[in-house]
Amino acid sequence: MSVLIYIDNTDGKFKKAGFEAVSYGVALAAQAGSEAVAVSLGNVAEAELLKLGNYGVSKVLSSTDERFASMDNQAAAKALAFAAAKVGAEIVVLAHNNLGKAIAPRLAVKLQAGLVSNATGLPLNLSPFTVNKNVFTGKAIGHAVVHTAVKVLTLSYNSYGVVEKPVSVNIEAFDAGLGDADFGLKVEQTQKVTGKILLSEAEIVVAGGRGMKGPENWGGIEELAEILGAGTACSRPVSDEGWRSHGEHVGQTGKIIAPNLYFALGISGAIQHLGGVSGSKVIVAVNKDPDAPIFEAADYGIVGDVMKVLPQFIEAAKELKA
Amino acid sequence: MKILVLIGNVPDTTTKIKFNADKTAFDAAGVQWIINPWDELALTRAMELKEAPGSKVESVTVANVGRQETEATLRKALAIGADKAIRVDADARDAFYVASQLAKVCQGFDLIFAGVEASDYNGAAVGGMLAELLGMQSVSAVSGLQAEEGFVRITREIEGGSQTLTAATPLMAIVQKGIAKEPRIPAMRGIMMARSKPLEVLSPVDTETRVSFASFDLPPAKAACKKFSEEQAKELIHALRDEAKVL
Repeated sequence: MSVLIYIDNTDGKFKKAGFEAVSYGVALAAQAGSEAVAVSLGNVAEAELLKLGNYGVSKVLSSTDERFASMDNQAAAKALAFAAAKVGAEIVVLAHNNLGKAIAPRLAVKLQAGLVSNATGLPLNLSPFTVNKNVFTGKAIGHAVVHTAVKVLTLSYNSYGVVEKPVSVNIEAFDAGLGDADFGLKVEQTQKVTGKILLSEAEIVVAGGRGMKGPENWGGIEELAEILGAGTACSRPVSDEGWRSHGEHVGQTGKIIAPNLYFALGISGAIQHLGGVSGSKVIVAVNKDPDAPIFEAADYGIVGDVMKVLPQFIEAAKELKA
Repeated sequence: MKILVLIGNVPDTTTKIKFNADKTAFDAAGVQWIINPWDELALTRAMELKEAPGSKVESVTVANVGRQETEATLRKALAIGADKAIRVDADARDAFYVASQLAKVCQGFDLIFAGVEASDYNGAAVGGMLAELLGMQSVSAVSGLQAEEGFVRITREIEGGSQTLTAATPLMAIVQKGIAKEPRIPAMRGIMMARSKPLEVLSPVDTETRVSFASFDLPPAKAACKKFSEEQAKELIHALRDEAKVL
């Protein structure tokens, strides 16, 4: 019996969401009295695999098959089902990122498992297996009960955190026996955003709304983000107006984020926007309207002109980082 | 090419979420129902593909799992332009149940669109489960799709960027924002025509429920927002460091 944790890689490197999944899986295994096993698919070097030991997992299955680079959900689900059978997995944990979200439903069908996506926190109960998950896009929490013997969970980002717990690692190579027919996707081109903090990984996010008045005023947001090592985001009207790219839209229909610190500058806080950011640990709001709903979600706020406040934020942040 | 778009019937995204007295079920009183936002974008893209010059798309069908009251949402999809609707007459219990119901509807389609998730229970699972049940290739996080002869060219989002790729049909495209620019709004003519378009009702197959909700909670109320004046902006930043300890 074991808890199997899938850790995805981007160009051979693991990311924070994966380390968080490992931390969670290790704690879950301790709770269930079983063993935590991590599994990696694709060309990941031994030095990178050994990093998983920092988060408490001592057994790592690795299939270094180059073909996994095409991020084919079908092939990955097949390989993970193979790994799950190999270690007798009762629970499989994946990060709730693009890849985890894509693979988990297919894997759940293969394992005849109930799936809880967007799980937050360890199970409240092991029997019946009950775990919290976000519903209505962060506007409520559901206590999900899984009725099947095998369970698949995807972990909501930044809901558990990364926990360091160094152990030594035993790496075991495995071959899931996939044929070329299992890899149906032909990648033509990959565009990577370089030199920017990814919204999905950012611990701090600085976002602007219509109150910023126009794209020409985004220099201050980018400057503050750069000083703080933060990602930049925007509200829906801003991306709809084309002031910023759609990739920056956070909210119900855009990206759902949960950083430690979120700056909402000139964002009124429509219910759809709040749904996308309510998982943030601390929210700072600046808005000229004292009745803006963002202040109900915010921990710290200034009722005032964002154009006057932002330069002071930048100055204070510079002093802090100096 | 025949396209199927899976439609979720969800509360309007501005709905204030409430539960019944013992917090075991969503309180639907007074709720406006809409097409799940991503499904609406998927339908919009399906219509664009059908209407493109030289299009090979023969038809666009929409399908959902739901009781009779969800037909208004299907009629809206027909008003947007779908040719035909199929409803499996059952309560949408969990993602596996819904996918199992839709599996029999999916036969004979070349391209199936599913939204990345439904805005109610955020399961993010029906499209992927359905593809697995059908043994069909699926691509997730799809933000662009072009139909070619016998295959599709897709743009999908990956961690830290995007990717273009090709995949053979039949294919399940699990779509997100970007697949279409703006959702289409039904025109009066479309609404009139929708009344006479076919809406087929199928009875459900017997399937187990794998996941259920014991109860729900609203998030704990936040402490009141600590306000600073415009002139105290620097002090707010200091509070983030000294008090909230997030800087």
